[in-house]
Amino acid sequence: MTQSVKKKKWEKLLPGGNLDQAGYSKEYHTGDWRNQIPIIDKSKCKNCLTCVGYCPEDCILVKEGKISHFDYKYCKGCGICAKECPTKAITMKEQK
Amino acid sequence: MPKDKLQKIMTGGEAVAEAMRQVNPDVVSAYPITPQTPIIETFSQIVADGKVDTEYILAESEHSALSCVTAASAAGARAMTATASQGLAYMWEMLGATAGMRLPVVMAIANRALSSPLNIHCDHSDSMGARDQGWIQIFSENNQEVYENTLLALRLSEDHDVLLPTMVMQDGFSTSHSAENMRILDDAIAKNFVGEFKPHKPLLNFSQPMTYGPVALPDTYFEVKRQQIEAMRTAKKKYLEIGAELSKITGNQYPYFEEYKLKDAEVAIVTSSSTAGTIKEIIDGRRAKGEKVGLLKIKLYRPFPYEEITKALSHIKTIGVMDRSPDYGSVAPFYGDIKVSFADSKKPPQIQSYVFGLGGREIMLTQIEKVFTELLNGEVSKETKYVGLKE
Repeated sequence: MTQSVKKKKWEKLLPGGNLDQAGYSKEYHTGDWRNQIPIIDKSKCKNCLTCVGYCPEDCILVKEGKISHFDYKYCKGCGICAKECPTKAITMKEQK
Repeated sequence: MPKDKLQKIMTGGEAVAEAMRQVNPDVVSAYPITPQTPIIETFSQIVADGKVDTEYILAESEHSALSCVTAASAAGARAMTATASQGLAYMWEMLGATAGMRLPVVMAIANRALSSPLNIHCDHSDSMGARDQGWIQIFSENNQEVYENTLLALRLSEDHDVLLPTMVMQDGFSTSHSAENMRILDDAIAKNFVGEFKPHKPLLNFSQPMTYGPVALPDTYFEVKRQQIEAMRTAKKKYLEIGAELSKITGNQYPYFEEYKLKDAEVAIVTSSSTAGTIKEIIDGRRAKGEKVGLLKIKLYRPFPYEEITKALSHIKTIGVMDRSPDYGSVAPFYGDIKVSFADSKKPPQIQSYVFGLGGREIMLTQIEKVFTELLNGEVSKETKYVGLKE
């Protein structure tokens, strides 16, 4: 479902959750499934890029050989990056 | 229905086809299966004779047939189908999709037992198996009811506050293949009652693109289902309103259930469909002898009118609920619903569960007499009694 529909109360949806638009999948991001969000503490990060190799969704972006940021649109919050990080620079926080 | 209305001799199957001819649906897709076959056989002849301009799709299976009408309905067409037994079972996957996308498809069911063992005769286990798939379900006792319920179902399903599919059930063979004298509305009156189909935000509208059946994961699915539950509640209210309107042109009544000599009864049977006719016969005989016996015949089964049933049966001392479907590992469906109707009663009636007629087993007058005798004697137990079983 699209972002606008996600926030709606049940009475406000169109019948069947049908949408009055086409191509809604462009607005539908797998990052919406996330329950936990990875947060990086760059002071602990040694830029070893281990997490980049492990991320199953290719959501950890690298710029000039260093970790740039997470792509939260597609990060499903699996936590593999936090588990594998040798310096514990990545922690999983509750997604709000 | 007024006496001057057109009288025709028709089977229950032909009665559905006659309603479909008058309605002239945009799309009909079906696959033949006994005892439903006369419905689509008759209707396909009507199409071949050019009496309707329906797009008729003979699908290669029931799964495809319901897929065709579901898609046609989403596209903005008035779409109908018919099936029975294994055919309905094969439609299972699509049943939830039709209801879930809130498409007003109307489907005729000629109730038939499910395999295995192989059987082509009537019981209600096919539509009972589908009762929690979000379809409105209406049982019909005879050919006249089949015809009128089909017209009512179209209006009910297509109401924009409802938008749910409906199954109109009739008993396989006993109704579907039995000819009765019927009163058919004038074509113009029937067409006018059902009205022109007004699709709700159809898919085939290039000025307003739509998505039907989008992904709805844990963040949205629940809301969609809650809304569908509400639509079923609305359907219960609308059923009476639309029934009252139909009543004006047919002279017949469309309550949630029929009460036959029930008001002053002390003992009653609850059942549905063609067996209700047989029970009325027995009631007449017993009433002549002064016995206060009655019948509550279920018509609208989903949504189920719990409160109204409680009210209608609260004065009854002993009730026998007759289900034409098995009670595998649970209680029989009608019996369960009737018991729930009295869950909050301080002094509920005694209620006995009877299962009968599985796989088309004949139900004899003497057997119904025996049921009434048992009920009058207050012979009620927690065990299901199987009527007409060799034991």
